[in-house]
Amino acid sequence: MSKMSQVNALVERADALYRDADFTAVQRWKEANPGAKAVGYLPIYVPRELIHAAGMLPVGVTGHGDIEIIRGDAYFQSYICHLPRSVVELGVSGRLDSLDGILFPSICDVVRNLSGMWKVMFPDRWTKYFDVPQNFDMEVGGKFYRAELNSVRHDLEELGGKPILDDALRASIAVYNENRQKLEALYDARSRKPWKVPAWESYLMVRAGFVLPVEEHNALLDEYLALAMARDEKSKDHIRVVVTGAFCEQPPVEMIRTLERAGCYIVDDDFLLGSRWLRQDVNAEGDPIFALADAFLNHSTSAPSKYQEDGKNGEALVAIAKEKKADGIVFCAPSFCDPALLDQPMAVAAVERADIPYTSFLYSENTGQFQVIREQAGTFADSIRLWSNS
Amino acid sequence: MSGAQTEDVHKEPSMRLQKDMIGGHFQALANAKKNGKKVVYTFVPGNLAELLAAFEVLPVLPEINALQSGMRKKSGMFIGEAEKLGHSEDVCTYVKCDIGMLKNGNIGPTGEKLPDPDLLLLSYTGCFTFLKWFELLRQEYDCPIAMLHVPYQADGKIEPGHREYVVNQLRTEVIPKLEEVTGKKFDIDKLREHLKLSVQAEDDFVAVLESAKHRPSPIDSYFGGVYYIGPMFTSFRGSEAGVTYYRALRQEVEKRLAAGVGPITPDGPMGEEKFRLVVEGPPNWTSFREFWKMFHDEGAVVVASSYTKVGGLYDRGFRHDPENPLETLADYCAGCYTNLNLPQRIDLLCQYVEEFDADGLLINSVKSCNSFSAGQLLILREVEKRTGRPGGFVESDLVDPRYFSGANIKNRLESYLQMIDQKRSVGVSAAPGMPHSKVDVEMGP
Repeated sequence: MSKMSQVNALVERADALYRDADFTAVQRWKEANPGAKAVGYLPIYVPRELIHAAGMLPVGVTGHGDIEIIRGDAYFQSYICHLPRSVVELGVSGRLDSLDGILFPSICDVVRNLSGMWKVMFPDRWTKYFDVPQNFDMEVGGKFYRAELNSVRHDLEELGGKPILDDALRASIAVYNENRQKLEALYDARSRKPWKVPAWESYLMVRAGFVLPVEEHNALLDEYLALAMARDEKSKDHIRVVVTGAFCEQPPVEMIRTLERAGCYIVDDDFLLGSRWLRQDVNAEGDPIFALADAFLNHSTSAPSKYQEDGKNGEALVAIAKEKKADGIVFCAPSFCDPALLDQPMAVAAVERADIPYTSFLYSENTGQFQVIREQAGTFADSIRLWSNS
Repeated sequence: MSGAQTEDVHKEPSMRLQKDMIGGHFQALANAKKNGKKVVYTFVPGNLAELLAAFEVLPVLPEINALQSGMRKKSGMFIGEAEKLGHSEDVCTYVKCDIGMLKNGNIGPTGEKLPDPDLLLLSYTGCFTFLKWFELLRQEYDCPIAMLHVPYQADGKIEPGHREYVVNQLRTEVIPKLEEVTGKKFDIDKLREHLKLSVQAEDDFVAVLESAKHRPSPIDSYFGGVYYIGPMFTSFRGSEAGVTYYRALRQEVEKRLAAGVGPITPDGPMGEEKFRLVVEGPPNWTSFREFWKMFHDEGAVVVASSYTKVGGLYDRGFRHDPENPLETLADYCAGCYTNLNLPQRIDLLCQYVEEFDADGLLINSVKSCNSFSAGQLLILREVEKRTGRPGGFVESDLVDPRYFSGANIKNRLESYLQMIDQKRSVGVSAAPGMPHSKVDVEMGP
């Protein structure tokens, strides 16, 4: 098989995982591991290390844009984003039956309330709202967060019927550190040679980690990156953009392809941000709960759902754009996403101060028409190519 | 939480008293800089009124500014202004109204400019939007910000660790910043004195809310209720003025109770009480009087509401505890309605329907407030199922006049009340699973 065929096969595999609304990979994993449990989590961030250390499979539940919403719409008013509709649809249609529990992280009011809805709708399943501190003092917010981590740990121990030992947790931290390093390598390669590592492929590779065991995902990332970088692709006359705003409800992968086809190399983004929430390795020695708390409080990424303590909203985005030598920024948020859209005016102000061109549009996970986005992105790319000073 | 009124409006004496109190507060704000008073912007749910009073600072509550702009018919213009500046159509209109008002000179309801804040106290209770709101305001003002993160009651109770977390933040973040801004040392005994005053007012406030259990109810616990919660949820909890107000209000309500008469509406005393409703969700402010009229014209009185609990569930027994000043502030913050999880909210609404012998639950779902609105359709179903009484559903917004469709709401409300009437006439209450007035779609796993 040629290198091209091999990379295509990997992409096809990841694409199949992405489109599989029945979570077949999770079912297969459970069949291969009799008695083992799978625990879902919503965007953005949960400490998957805890689930892994319990011998369970962490499963990302990011909604689904391709499924028909039959009952999900009956739970939400028209002005609420799409993600909870498809999550409810997945739940009530039995597609999440392979999950033995689910974590709802602290993102926004909608996901927060969805955690309570889940308790009412699925009273027999373990459902946990995972609160995270907005105070970043280790003695204050850190203490609270350690208690939250221990609470999840305790619940997982009950669910699994066995203790989560510190050694197991340290080993899980180590394997997720590898995962973070490989994701970082993928993003770095994409930024350097986006014609070899297109964003839509990269997206599928990251997304595969939402249903695969982390060890398998690590191997997949290695294999893909090696094959992708070895292929014979030439650079095109595209502009380099950073996409921001898509950290929770995910855009259809076709939308990412549309941006690239419109002449935009996506050299960084906040898709599936939870996978890259921690920006450096977590200490795999010593107290693992303390290490996870330290990483969250002191080494996590900037995001609209997280309190910007220094008041410099948007500056992290500008820094990424500069670091990745982006020509422009694409604000691309889901409709009715409070954190992204409330943050956007501040981020736009920072981007304008830095004199970086930008454009913006809204999507939802089930957006099916991309012509307008293609025209807008194409015009944006043309304007930079033709008239920018650089 | 009250707003501007026109002169032909019928007012209860307590409303006049409240108007004078609010007028005095805005006067004090207008003169704050001249008089060397420090000004703290903060939010209504889980506000730290007693702590602010202990530091002798003047609070400004942006939600109140926004709702007053709504009642004064200015919010549409302010929201439009904010949207022109790049704020999304999809987000909270309180925020956009406040930003628009700020960009138009920050003129308060008395026609005088509100002073700039000396501190932004981000008491982040039950609403993620608060966090972004003050991040936005911080871009406009050169002042410090104190963050108070209040954990959600995800498991239906205030965990000891959550209380400790809030107390730690009060000690290490909020109080030091108040000391820095005011130049005053924190005096815990002074805080205790204010908390004692809160308790007095809280007792009278609860008596007023509980009066709606009588037939006819002497109060409307939603439209009238927003006036009754005004001093308690804003600047007057923990003050002598607050104690005086709630004593006067209680006496006024008890007088009506003894006379066997219903609530006073803006159009005069309400006629025969025909329907007793529990309402979930905030009211619409841009057409507040029109909205209320739709109810009282039909003889519908709201006997209990969740909106009047956004500043605390006093009716479920919470009282500030002067013996444990910081812990009681933590419990207060964590106990506000929008910080309760969905199962707690359902339980509470079911209790209200039963305890107040209501005909059913009506939800006013506002576009702006996901904290309230996300999950309301499930709440409606569950309350119907558990109480066997029909639910109704109307939609509007807080302060965006574009989202108030009077004809639609009136139509839905009338249909809902007719449905209640029909069920009465055939001698049955709504059975579980019976269709309600908006959606009749199969739900549930």
